[in-house]
Amino acid sequence: MEEKEVLVEVKDLKKYFKVGRKSILKAVDGLNFNIYKGETLGLVGESGCGKTTCGRTVLGMYPASGGEVIYRGINISKGSEKDKRDFTRKAQIIFQDPYASLDPRMTVGDIIGEGIDIHSIYQGQERTNRIFELLELVGLNKEHASRFPHEFSGGQRQRIGIARALAIEPEFIVCDEPISALDVSIQAQVVNLLIDLQRRLGLTYLFIAHDLSMVKHISDRVGVMYLGKMVELTTSAKLYEKPLHPYTQALLSAIPIPDPEIERQRKRIMLEGEVPSPINPHPGCRFAPRCKYAMPECSTTDPEFKEVEPEHFVACHLFNNK
Amino acid sequence: MGKLLEVKNLRVSYHTYAGEVQSVRGVDFSLNKGEALAIVGESGCGKTVTAKSLMKLIQTPPGEIKEGSAIYFDGKDVLKMKSDELMELRGSEISMIFQDPMTSLNPTMKVGNQIGESLMIHRGMSKNEAFAEAVKMLELVNIPNADKRANQYPHEFSGGMRQRAMIAIALACNPQILIADEPTTALDVTIQAQIMELIKDLQVKLGTAVILITHDLGIVASVADKVQVMYAGKIVEKGSRDDIFYSAEHPYTWALLKSVPRLDTKHKDLLYSIKGTPPDLVFPPVGCPFAARCEYAMPICKEEMPEVTTISEHHQVSCWLKHEYAPKIVKPEGIGGAV
Repeated sequence: MEEKEVLVEVKDLKKYFKVGRKSILKAVDGLNFNIYKGETLGLVGESGCGKTTCGRTVLGMYPASGGEVIYRGINISKGSEKDKRDFTRKAQIIFQDPYASLDPRMTVGDIIGEGIDIHSIYQGQERTNRIFELLELVGLNKEHASRFPHEFSGGQRQRIGIARALAIEPEFIVCDEPISALDVSIQAQVVNLLIDLQRRLGLTYLFIAHDLSMVKHISDRVGVMYLGKMVELTTSAKLYEKPLHPYTQALLSAIPIPDPEIERQRKRIMLEGEVPSPINPHPGCRFAPRCKYAMPECSTTDPEFKEVEPEHFVACHLFNNK
Repeated sequence: MGKLLEVKNLRVSYHTYAGEVQSVRGVDFSLNKGEALAIVGESGCGKTVTAKSLMKLIQTPPGEIKEGSAIYFDGKDVLKMKSDELMELRGSEISMIFQDPMTSLNPTMKVGNQIGESLMIHRGMSKNEAFAEAVKMLELVNIPNADKRANQYPHEFSGGMRQRAMIAIALACNPQILIADEPTTALDVTIQAQIMELIKDLQVKLGTAVILITHDLGIVASVADKVQVMYAGKIVEKGSRDDIFYSAEHPYTWALLKSVPRLDTKHKDLLYSIKGTPPDLVFPPVGCPFAARCEYAMPICKEEMPEVTTISEHHQVSCWLKHEYAPKIVKPEGIGGAV
């Protein structure tokens, strides 16, 4: 296998939030994964499973409660102020809600230019030219620079969000559900833009979404999260062909396929109940109470997240002896 | 057989400061007993407005159901009903579940009482009888510990359970038609699967006709008997589920089917995307509303609205490509199910 360059290394990353006096919400609880240069790593899971917290903690927007994020060999969580500042030039984020994530009182030009100013990359005419260039890169026009966000549709706003993320020439972008607020035909436009930009600029994405078909489409590898834990991580082809973890299997079978013939023949794995609360979770595998294969050890010991086949990581006691 | 519901030339406008928004521009369809009809389209295409009109739930002003529209439920025109007749219709004959279960439940009322409310109004039950019936309804929608849950408030319910409670409210009086307006958009996929399974189940068990409004073609494939595709306030194509998925004739339907990635498609190819955005309905286009975004558009498309062409008994499409003088277009590949 060809050697792939590791861009981001996440080791035992934890993010806990205090809720009330005694309770702790373990939003992200010990994640281990690598992101290779130039790839798209998809992150899926139901709401409340910690996908967004994971993305934000990786970027340092939330200080981690434990564990490390290593970017190109430099430990960001423990690094100096300079390391952190350098990292913020390399890593950017695109947010979910294009209506809430743009300051309504700033012109589009200033929104895009903010990062350029903070890192003092360009000044004066150069800065203006760069903003025009970015607008054209994401499929908008120069004239849009002097307008305000409310003058744009959802899809256009998301393009502005993408232009802002690209302004400081990052290598790594966290896409936090960039398309879930958009209409079907507009989703395709934005996803195509992201794929095209990746090809042209060699970007690396951490793509967070709950739409599994879209994640499969855009990602090289996909990680599945459940209640703060990664339960399975593998190439997107393998994940959809041969999911190992019972949760992944159920999640995949829940997605309706736009084809009546296939739908008629499909057997759904119905999950009983709903995702339990991540506040003071019970010991052992988080999925055990809803899992039909649950064994006694599932509710006592945490399954290890390990490689059961090349490039296929899973955290489940069913695969312990392999 | 008599049709349960028949909609004829429905036109609805909203008067806003920007002008008159023509949300629904002449829609015809019908629904038989026990049938599941899906209305598909992007936001702003008039799906929800159409559904709300069926119960005359359009607020006037700013809304206005135009002259010449007619909606027959069991032979009676809903639009000409007086308010007490409407009261009898709503909740009892036709009921609706909404997209967001949190904002459509009353936060200050116990769930059991909310379900019982319509039973007290329509069936003349006493409060206690209605509450007991409400517990049965909660059991019907698979809520565990129904007797306890009926005494709780909506905030104590999770998203999926709230939607189940909504369904219980809607079905309490055993209506003939259940309108589900994007019932699972706010929910996770595994919960979505549970709710859709429940709706399908109840449709069979109770013989309720269902009108499902959605933009998710996957849900349509698993639930609907008939599908109608709406664009800019008009129905551009309607047919049986298989007609729409396997032998669609309208370029917009093709585009919709092509622009969603599927679990069984190739990886990282560019997705098919429809250029541009839907037209502004303050100044709706004279011709076919999709013409500006359609890759097969001809000069005539922008000038005149195409006639409805009937392809088979139930399958109808409005497109100039169906005209006898139009060039024959080969349907793009990748549409029409399993390869």
